[in-house]
Amino acid sequence: MLNKSKTSTPLEKLVDSHENQAVDQHFNFAYLDERTKRMIRRAILKAVAIPGYQVPFGSREMPLPYGWGTGGIQVTASVIGPSDVLKVIDQGSDDTVNAVNIRRFFQRTTNVEITTQTQAATLIQTRHRIPEMALTEDQIIIYQVPVPEPMQRLEPRERETRSLHGLAEYGLMHVKLYEDIARYGHIATTYDYPVLVNHRYVMAPSPIPKFDNPKMHMNPALQLFGAGREKRIYAVPPYTAVESLGFEDYPFEIQRWDAPCELCGSRDSFLDEVITNDQGGRIFVCSDSDYCESQQNDAESSSGSTTPSGLKHD
Amino acid sequence: MYVAVKGGEQAILSSYQLLDQQRRGDPSVPELSIVQIRQQMKLAVDRVMTEGSVFDPELAALAIKQACGDLVEAIFLLRAYRATLPRLGSTQPLDTSKMVLDRRISATFKDLPGGQVLGPTYDYTQRLLDFSLLAMSEPSSTIDDPNLRAQREDENFSPRVIDLLNREGLIETHQATQNDPTPFDLTRQPVRFPADRSTRLQNLARGDEGFLLAMAYSTQRGYANSHPFVGEIRLGSVEIALIPEELGFAISIGDIEITECQMINQFAGSKTEPPQFTRGYGLAFGHSERKAMAMSLVDRALRAAELGELVQSPAQMPEFVLSHSDSLEASGFVQHLKLPHYVDFQSELELVRKMRASPLQTPTLNDESGDEHAE
Repeated sequence: MLNKSKTSTPLEKLVDSHENQAVDQHFNFAYLDERTKRMIRRAILKAVAIPGYQVPFGSREMPLPYGWGTGGIQVTASVIGPSDVLKVIDQGSDDTVNAVNIRRFFQRTTNVEITTQTQAATLIQTRHRIPEMALTEDQIIIYQVPVPEPMQRLEPRERETRSLHGLAEYGLMHVKLYEDIARYGHIATTYDYPVLVNHRYVMAPSPIPKFDNPKMHMNPALQLFGAGREKRIYAVPPYTAVESLGFEDYPFEIQRWDAPCELCGSRDSFLDEVITNDQGGRIFVCSDSDYCESQQNDAESSSGSTTPSGLKHD
Repeated sequence: MYVAVKGGEQAILSSYQLLDQQRRGDPSVPELSIVQIRQQMKLAVDRVMTEGSVFDPELAALAIKQACGDLVEAIFLLRAYRATLPRLGSTQPLDTSKMVLDRRISATFKDLPGGQVLGPTYDYTQRLLDFSLLAMSEPSSTIDDPNLRAQREDENFSPRVIDLLNREGLIETHQATQNDPTPFDLTRQPVRFPADRSTRLQNLARGDEGFLLAMAYSTQRGYANSHPFVGEIRLGSVEIALIPEELGFAISIGDIEITECQMINQFAGSKTEPPQFTRGYGLAFGHSERKAMAMSLVDRALRAAELGELVQSPAQMPEFVLSHSDSLEASGFVQHLKLPHYVDFQSELELVRKMRASPLQTPTLNDESGDEHAE
């Protein structure tokens, strides 16, 4: 079932010769040298020990640009082993160009097994989504983080935000949410919605839609976050409380769609809006392409029933 | 019927080919060699080495060729290469007073020991397009004056202007740190704030020339007035020495070409310090005067807090300058906006629709009835 690509298309062969495969032999397994991996693993261990705390680390210049997943790549490179099965998604999909590029990078430098199936993966590197399928204790999900500091837009000086975290002084963030309510009648943050981890640190969940926030709470999988450009690593260990900020009278709530997914009929997944013509026509489809596919397959195999058998995630 | 977008991999592979074609241009035109770039685009090579933090003209030239002349991309290539190199040791501090000079100017003294040496510079060229270069002409004559070379090779000939001022006690001095501790290496550890001066200088040395130039310029236009004078700019080669552990004494491992700028700034004095001149420092690989000068101005501006000056301009704020100077970080993050943001955008789309439908909507959003929203 795994999409491990051992056979190359003619174009790939051409590109491989272009890139000079011998180059791959010049690099260590997963590109980073072992000392660097050890440094990163130490940062990860510290991050796991202090859930939600941003651990500074000596982020390296990777062969992919800062802002394009270098933090996630460095975390993945330091935890990946030859027996791992890797899935890389961007916006929920395995086939978006940046996910393809990162997957190719790890194929070239590790030759590990690759999958698009959430449940088959041991490591999932993601940008902007958490898979719809529930994760397990045997999995690690690695988030690419552009801005690790949840208060950066409110207070750009790192010296200040660091002491606010130290004092657990999160008034700034609550005032921001309150001002949203005063101005718009509801909280106007839809992605990268701040969370309180283990009742202690306010953390940026990375720009996942707030729809995904509840999946972080008490998740059996280890959740690692890498911010390469900002040189920070943080973590949510398995079964850790992750609470999305809110107020008693204006509690946190997630997005809902009136339409089901056009392709699989799911009403439980995050839907992307797709414009189909220039007359304002649009449909909604699952952002998680693997989930959508498996829903479609399930529907076909269960005697044409169109009722999705999707997991509930609240 | 909508079909989920597929084919990202194919698209990437094809884009490699197109990129190769673009880089090569018309195949009937001879291909550029690395030697040609190295020899004839020296200043580009120097900038890539400086901001790429690797002194290797050949690899810098290769990066320029591979990047199709995009210097920021070339710097990225060199940095990514550098990231995996092992650290073999730290060299001894450079002694720039022992440089073999190709150029040396001071704007503070008309004449001084060692003299002013104009050297190769665009400074006094008249910026008229030289159409003879269109015809691939060679320079009409070359200078080969044995006296000049003799001067250049007399090592103790040109003391640094700073050292001359120092004898009068008119300029601040910096005591060398005891035991020469291994400096903080910002390529191995993340910068934390407050950052000490050596860390700041490392950051500035790797910083984007355009960014530093603009920051330096802002200090001349009232955003942190630092009253600068060029004490000295020197260009030349300097010896690199290393003490291998097994030998215990310094051995020379070669020469590198550098540009050094010592900027001298007024300082009115404070409760503890008498009025004197203060310094800003710039250093770059190869011939990179604009970079070295900009760096020295920004270095001085960043010392505002240390010297008890009011910190109110961007160039004086270490977090502002150091967090935004790196072209890799800036270029990567600005350009990451090209990546898909379907999910975030979808969330924002929902939000804007919700806001427009909401009774609490603000007057600025209230331009028409809510019949456009999707529900």
